[in-house]
Amino acid sequence: MSTATDTRRKKAPAGERVADWADSRLGIYSLAKANMRKIFPDHWSFMLGEVCLYSFIIIILTGVYLTMFFNPSMGEIVYDGPYVPMQGIRMSEAYASTLDISFEVRGGLLIRQIHHWAALIFVGSMFVHMMRVFFTGAYRKPREMNWVFGFLLLVLGLFTGLTGYSLPDDLLSGTGVRFTQGAILSVPLVGTYLSMFLFGGEFPGHDFVGRFYSIHILLLPGIMLGLVVAHLIMVFLHKHTHWAGPGKTNTNVVGTPFLPVYMGKAGGFFFLVFGVIAAIAAVATINPVWAIGPYRPDQVSTGAQPDWYLGFAEGLIRVMPGWEIDAWGHTLVLGVFIPLVIFPLVLLAIAVYPFIESWATGDTRNHHLLDRPRNTPTRTGFGVAWITTYLTMLIAGGNDLWATHFHLSINGITWFSRIAFFVLPVVSFIVTKRICLGLQRRDKEKVLHGRESGIIKRLPHGEFIEVHEPLSQDQLHTLTAHDQYQPLELEPEVDENGVARKPTRSEKLRVKLSKGLYGEDNQIAKPTVEEYKEITSSHGHH
Amino acid sequence: MSSQDNSEENPPQQQDDADGGVLATRDNPFANPGLPPHEHRVQDIDERAAKRSERVVAGLFTLSMLSTIGFIASYVAFPVDKIVYVFPIGHVSALNLSLGLTLGLALFCIGAGAIHWARTLMTDVEVPEERHDIEATPEVREELLAGFQDGVRESDLGRRKLVRNTLIGAMAMVPLTGLVLLRDLGPMPGTMLRHTKWAKGKMLINENTHEPLRPEDIAVGSLTFAMPEGLSEEDHDFNNQIAKAALMIVRLQPENIKDKRELDWSHEGIVAFSKICTHVGCPISLYEQQTHHVLCPCHQSTFDLTDGGRVIFGPAGHALPQLRITVNDKGYLEAMGDFAEPVGPAYWERG
Ligand code: HEM
Ligand code: FES
Repeated sequence: MSTATDTRRKKAPAGERVADWADSRLGIYSLAKANMRKIFPDHWSFMLGEVCLYSFIIIILTGVYLTMFFNPSMGEIVYDGPYVPMQGIRMSEAYASTLDISFEVRGGLLIRQIHHWAALIFVGSMFVHMMRVFFTGAYRKPREMNWVFGFLLLVLGLFTGLTGYSLPDDLLSGTGVRFTQGAILSVPLVGTYLSMFLFGGEFPGHDFVGRFYSIHILLLPGIMLGLVVAHLIMVFLHKHTHWAGPGKTNTNVVGTPFLPVYMGKAGGFFFLVFGVIAAIAAVATINPVWAIGPYRPDQVSTGAQPDWYLGFAEGLIRVMPGWEIDAWGHTLVLGVFIPLVIFPLVLLAIAVYPFIESWATGDTRNHHLLDRPRNTPTRTGFGVAWITTYLTMLIAGGNDLWATHFHLSINGITWFSRIAFFVLPVVSFIVTKRICLGLQRRDKEKVLHGRESGIIKRLPHGEFIEVHEPLSQDQLHTLTAHDQYQPLELEPEVDENGVARKPTRSEKLRVKLSKGLYGEDNQIAKPTVEEYKEITSSHGHH
Repeated sequence: MSSQDNSEENPPQQQDDADGGVLATRDNPFANPGLPPHEHRVQDIDERAAKRSERVVAGLFTLSMLSTIGFIASYVAFPVDKIVYVFPIGHVSALNLSLGLTLGLALFCIGAGAIHWARTLMTDVEVPEERHDIEATPEVREELLAGFQDGVRESDLGRRKLVRNTLIGAMAMVPLTGLVLLRDLGPMPGTMLRHTKWAKGKMLINENTHEPLRPEDIAVGSLTFAMPEGLSEEDHDFNNQIAKAALMIVRLQPENIKDKRELDWSHEGIVAFSKICTHVGCPISLYEQQTHHVLCPCHQSTFDLTDGGRVIFGPAGHALPQLRITVNDKGYLEAMGDFAEPVGPAYWERG
């Protein structure tokens, strides 16, 4: 005899039965209930994080495939494979197996190229995603931790790229490894030891490919995978930020549900990204390791360049004067060591900015509405200055290419880059800030006087005016929704009870910072309701 | 009117609540008017348009299937070494191109189909969802802290200082085991970086011909690369050795040599310098005949070979080390010793 529950169970479709089975063991229903219909806001810039995620997945998939064929060994062999120009040449097994992947494994070249292209896009999209988070202030409370996790992913991504690039042991990558080793040697006190320990002895030795391999395929991706998962869990936990607009507030999130809309769009977007990268890998060769041959420390090809994201370090090291201090039997290799220190410092500058900002504002509220970049001129100016620094050094990293292509003097370019490194960020900061303030003024105009309609009207007394259309309430709200901080003031030196107190140095610094961020010249007071009413009513009298 | 007043009307602390509830009021033209009404898409009102969307989506998915079949067909059909000319890319592997394009299309069409489906057929009604602070309520917080304190008390950690202190000591020390294990990652540097394969009496071997060099082999205006006698490419440590021993040789007019020591260490105007750039160690490969400058292709450090290998441009920090050479009784060039200073990039112990 069958009970009531039994009949129900028999009728339930197979999928549901499997889900029931899993739920009674894992409790997935409660988890899914909270998230399945979660609301996701829509904006093109929110897809940038997705590009990071998808290229990361593509890298892992293709990377696992490559490990099936790649041989991370520096043992030497004489090549006897099908690629004629290399036949009879001594090379490491790592290089030979890379040639095999490219010339013997069907589809191996494609997967290699997808892997490399996806890596370039991964790091690139992380930069762009980071800048969107930065410029919109999405890092503010409660998302500071996610900012830090994201930043760690960027740094780890750079190192994963560097170690991966070095694996094929071809002439180009070997030159990059030599550069790395020379830079490590410049570290005071411990540099020589670090180099010996990393390379298992003198450069190049027989160990670095194997060691880089386990770092590249296991250690770093493992950490990154954990961080990515935590990053995404936090996005779910905090719910995504959204832009101010009608119906959108700091206490809600407006968008479409995860299932089905976001899933359809995001899932589809994964295939889109994958498809585009596959097509790029089909038509655009990347890192043709077969072109110049295996690494030998006494050979080099001209025009050696790292992948783009390390071009910044390349530029720093190229424009730095060759300072070296010899004293007391020791050498301080400033010419190499200073760039080695500036590189992480520049990265760190953007990472800590959110914390400096929140210290200066003392704001402990949660922020779920994004800032328009124009409404935070100092932050926006800083971000643009940071990008400018990066790009200046990226360009300096190709100084020989500029020189040969445009027949310029390499000396001239180097000096230009040296000056630009200090001047351009300042200039771009000032210019950006001006532009932001101009845009704020324009917004204020629009709110108070309406939008220029392009219609010219002639008044009875002959004057021509342009008709301004008043904004809708939607627009009025959107343009005035941001809050504006007031700069901090130093507390009076004598308090209410007549007790004298000196402001501490950190208090003074904080007030200065706060003025720099929100002082008179650093934001335009947004229009108030009173101003608006006054102007609109006087318009009525016309 | 200053924004000071504005913020007083709307102090930040109250903003959260204010934002949440405010709807359009006549008093405040800037107030949040609430979600605008949903605007229908063609697909929402016209079933024919919706059907068209459905066909487009299905078409894309079908195209993906065809592409996958194309991928398999290419895998089977094209030999791995077949090169074809395709405008405008040039000569490329037929297999790579066809596999990549069919895979790309197969994936892209799934993506495009899904997105088109989501955009035109799934709902586009935007709905609000409340946010909740993730921080715990004061009650939960109290309860947790109380529980934690109970736990700590029950552990007796506060009272039994000896347990606590030895635990801290043990935990602090145990990572040392890991640190110690790293010791064998590599040897101590010692003076390794100071020495190369060069020694008194070692002949200079031409890197290309593998023959010992005679003075007359060194032509004016050319750069000759050499390695020490007894080093062979088959050697297990060849790369380590050549990374330090690589040598470049040029012939100068003795009267052009500006540096006294360089002249002393040369032979009839033939000078031998380390080929390894003193910046970060790239091999130097470019030689300018008129000026006798050599250039490192990595970061363009330029050295003057008539003036003791002095740096005249670029990021390198010190001159190229010179190898003292002479001619042996059989007429071959040979070294009179090792380099007097370490070759390659500078490091802390270099001095
Ligand atoms: C492996 C690399 C990364 C992946 C896979 C990733 C993925 C994502 C995704 C899918 C989102 C939600 C969509 C979006 O806002 O774009 C997101 C949000 C976020 N990401 Fe990343 N991200 C990565 C790196 C970074 C970096 C380098 C930073 C900054 C240093 C960062 C900071 C943030 C923050 C603060 C949010 C919350 C944004 C908001 O709610 O508005 N992420 N990330
Ligand atoms: S390695 Fe020669 S200039 Fe940098």
